Amino acid sequence: MEIFQEALPVLWAGLKLTAYITVIGLLFGFIIGLITALFRLSPISPLRWVAIWFINFVRGTPFLVQLFFIYFGLNTLPFISLQPVTAGIVGIAINAGAYIAEIVRAGIQSIDKGQTEAARTLGLTGAQTMRYVILPQALRRMLPTFVNQAIISLKDTSLLSVIGIAELTQRGQVVVSATYEPFKIWGMVALMYFILIYLLTKLGDYLERRYEQR
Amino acid sequence: MSVIQVDNLKKSFGQLEVLKDISTEVKEQEVVCVIGPSGSGKSTFLRCLNRLEDITDGHVIVNGHDITDPKININKIRQEVGMVFQHFNLFPHMTVMENITLAPIKARGADKEAAKQTALQLLKKVGLEEKANSYPGELSGGQKQRVAIARALAMEPKVMLFDEPTSALDPEMIGEVLEVMKDLAREGMTMVVVTHEMGFAREVGDRVIFMDGGFIVEENVPSELFGNPQHERTKAFLGKVL
Repeated sequence: MEIFQEALPVLWAGLKLTAYITVIGLLFGFIIGLITALFRLSPISPLRWVAIWFINFVRGTPFLVQLFFIYFGLNTLPFISLQPVTAGIVGIAINAGAYIAEIVRAGIQSIDKGQTEAARTLGLTGAQTMRYVILPQALRRMLPTFVNQAIISLKDTSLLSVIGIAELTQRGQVVVSATYEPFKIWGMVALMYFILIYLLTKLGDYLERRYEQR
Repeated sequence: MSVIQVDNLKKSFGQLEVLKDISTEVKEQEVVCVIGPSGSGKSTFLRCLNRLEDITDGHVIVNGHDITDPKININKIRQEVGMVFQHFNLFPHMTVMENITLAPIKARGADKEAAKQTALQLLKKVGLEEKANSYPGELSGGQKQRVAIARALAMEPKVMLFDEPTSALDPEMIGEVLEVMKDLAREGMTMVVVTHEMGFAREVGDRVIFMDGGFIVEENVPSELFGNPQHERTKAFLGKVL
């Protein structure tokens, strides 16, 4: 019992950092994803090209390599000095952004063509049509897939331990080496991840039910 | 004065030539009905009138503006050309009121309250003022189509295009939509109606265009076109549908 009481405050601090990095990373990831998806569907071919190769490149390289590149690689450049947590957030945002871009693109393309036609015949511009008619419907439709991506990104944050961020997994390692109780400590860490992710799926279910009616 | 003038309009999808050489005009306050077998190009013809389809060749002049001119602001032109679709295409995430006021507020910069007042009047006109706060999913097909008409009217168009507006409706709901369209015609709205409702074309149309194979085969006042068709193809088509 004692070991749990000792470990809990340490792990709890790690959990908070994990949640923080996930939330901020996903927030930027969503913005990156939205912009990339709009580029991907743009009639302007250079924008399309940038989007396609951004997505290809992120999906075609391991997250860990991306993380090393951002933290160790970019930090060798002049005028760049990223703190580990900043680098971690950037990594999560870019990685999630590429996947979210494809989610958003699929969501936009799933909306019936008649919606665009109706909006355009009313005299709305292409941008207005996207903003008021297509995106609100597409975002609702992609909510379950987005929750899925959020779970993946949350689990990816455990890799941030390798660049020395004191998130949940890294704290688990520290506590284990201090206590020699791997069974109990890693069990605790797993349970804490599980609870966080469970809450996330519940939030997703709630949002889905809320917007389901229309 | 003609609201729409079509000169030698041609439209191809890839190798397939759907409209081969269409010339006609629509005068102010005229109701023109377009009939013909499926695949005759009548819907494509209608969709060229507001450039929903890119025009391959020829000219379409709407309210004095040549819409085949690539430099033209097509959004401005479309604000004056209402369109009603077979499948309604209401915005499912918005209330009836929001559906109707979206374009006046965002495209024309209308005052919110004024747009709402106009919308309520239009809903009254189509007999649905109690549905202002409903979502499209809560309406019947006939009600949806009447909302779609009100939505198009909210932009105060000079001409209304109808693309088979009753084809997706249950038979008992066709009447209520046609009734609204008749009222519009009586008020002097200029209308182009692609339809399979021969009764409507005969009763409300000032002129009927019969299309087949990408051409206008015959156009005339309804009594003549239905009572005394000149071409074999017109006779064959009318023989099947009447």
